[in-house]
Amino acid sequence: MTSLPSLPTPKKLGLVIDLDVCVGCHACVVNCKEWNTGGYGSALSDQDPYGAEASGAWLNRVHSFEVVPDGGEVVGEAGEARIVHFPKSCLHCEDAPCVTVCPTGASYKRADDGIVLVDEDMCIGCGLCAWACPYGAREMDLAAGVMKKCTLCIDRIYNETFEEADRQPACVRTCPANARHFGDLADPQSAVSVMVAERGGIDLMPEQGTRPVNKYLPPRARKPLAASANAMPREDTDGATGLFAWLDRMLDRI
Amino acid sequence: MHPALSIIAFTTLSGLGYGLAVMLGLGLLDPAAVATKIAWIAALAAIGGGLLSSTLHLGNPQRAWRAFSQWRSSWLSREGVMAVVTFVPLLMTAWACVIEGRQAVVPGLVGAVLSLCTVFCTAMIYASLKSVDAWHTRLTPACYLLFSLGGGAVAASFFAFCGGGNALWLPLVAIVALVGAWVVKRAWRQHLQATAPLSTPESATGLGAIGHVRLFERPHMTENYLTREMGFRIARKHAAKLWIIAMALGGVVPFVLFALLLAAGAQAGPGAALVAGLALASHVIGILAERWLFFAEARHAVMNYYGG
Repeated sequence: MTSLPSLPTPKKLGLVIDLDVCVGCHACVVNCKEWNTGGYGSALSDQDPYGAEASGAWLNRVHSFEVVPDGGEVVGEAGEARIVHFPKSCLHCEDAPCVTVCPTGASYKRADDGIVLVDEDMCIGCGLCAWACPYGAREMDLAAGVMKKCTLCIDRIYNETFEEADRQPACVRTCPANARHFGDLADPQSAVSVMVAERGGIDLMPEQGTRPVNKYLPPRARKPLAASANAMPREDTDGATGLFAWLDRMLDRI
Repeated sequence: MHPALSIIAFTTLSGLGYGLAVMLGLGLLDPAAVATKIAWIAALAAIGGGLLSSTLHLGNPQRAWRAFSQWRSSWLSREGVMAVVTFVPLLMTAWACVIEGRQAVVPGLVGAVLSLCTVFCTAMIYASLKSVDAWHTRLTPACYLLFSLGGGAVAASFFAFCGGGNALWLPLVAIVALVGAWVVKRAWRQHLQATAPLSTPESATGLGAIGHVRLFERPHMTENYLTREMGFRIARKHAAKLWIIAMALGGVVPFVLFALLLAAGAQAGPGAALVAGLALASHVIGILAERWLFFAEARHAVMNYYGG
């Protein structure tokens, strides 16, 4: 059924991504592909994988943006512009437009934990859900002809044969910088909710009215370049005493 | 947005077919005439062919029947259901005309209304997408409905000049419908050009609080499904020319040809039918160009993550 759950889901499982910490290494991208090509649903196919025009279905991608503050200078590579690496995957929206447009009932949002999934046996591969998603979270698998998307690693997070530490989405588990966090955003006491509250977590494209569950933690404020330049130690010997004062005088005489 | 040929063919053909079915269902052509019988077959063929071509872009067309299930929430599903439901009165009316040579009044009227409902559902598939600013307006269904009626009136006029009935009123209806359709379409395009995008790289990344946001690097060097599907740019380069071609062939040419036929007081006959046929062919080519632009000029919010 592609109507959204009528009540808010008791759990809102999702990710919190710290843009201050992400170094853009793409480890989450690779591990996502690795895990999900052998797990839930059909494999994540690639087309022309070793050719010049390699492409394929990925559920998580890292974009990199340059942000220039108002009045900031961009001088060569040493300006005030900053690079922000930006991992992006399904945001498991509360008002998921991808779910309601689905004509077959393949696309659905789980009423208990809010995860948005595709039942691949029902998907006809019309691609309308990918059109409806403003975030580009859904990509068609061209080999299987069905829509692929982030499952929040549903086959890991509830997998009781795993160690507790491994019951996390593959991208979270693998992130070497600890920029990705998984938890229940409906519980205000959860670690992710506390993080979002403390750091002012943000929604992507709130104007689209999708109410995403995943939150992004904005990069922390940075000192302007000029402020850093003033802090450079000056080269003088004022205030030197003892041995250094004597050496200073002697060396001046030579 | 990528203009898939199967979808362009589908919306053009089925729009024309449903428009013609409206004219036939309203009984504007003589049900006893051979030309009217051919018109019914043409209308059903255009609708059926259009629907079949729409399944060509599916990844798993063998499961297409599942698309009838989610009419509560999905405009695509509603369109599928309405298309099938509409076939019932249309086939009844077509049978009455083609086999019995009479107008089935009630099924005809029901078929005409349901035909317009189906076209409305098709248009709402696009109009309901908030992620595509150009489409997310009430003008979108207005354009689809008016183009369907205009095309149907042009086609019905052609069959009238082939001997299917009154060759005075239908060309007048066609002229009025074409003017209405292109006036609304022009408003639609002005909306597209004048409206600031709902989402920007700043809102897409949430980094607008820091400053101006520009894409530095895409996630991959090569194209992917999203950039191919949502990032089509080929037609934008020639958008201004294509728009003029669409308006000229889809509106001006049939308008002028029908005006000439009316001014000459043309009756049904081979000469008039040829001119009306030219008007119909020109209109169809113009609408194909219009549909191409409908997709190619529409920008998707996801391209904020891919540098436009």
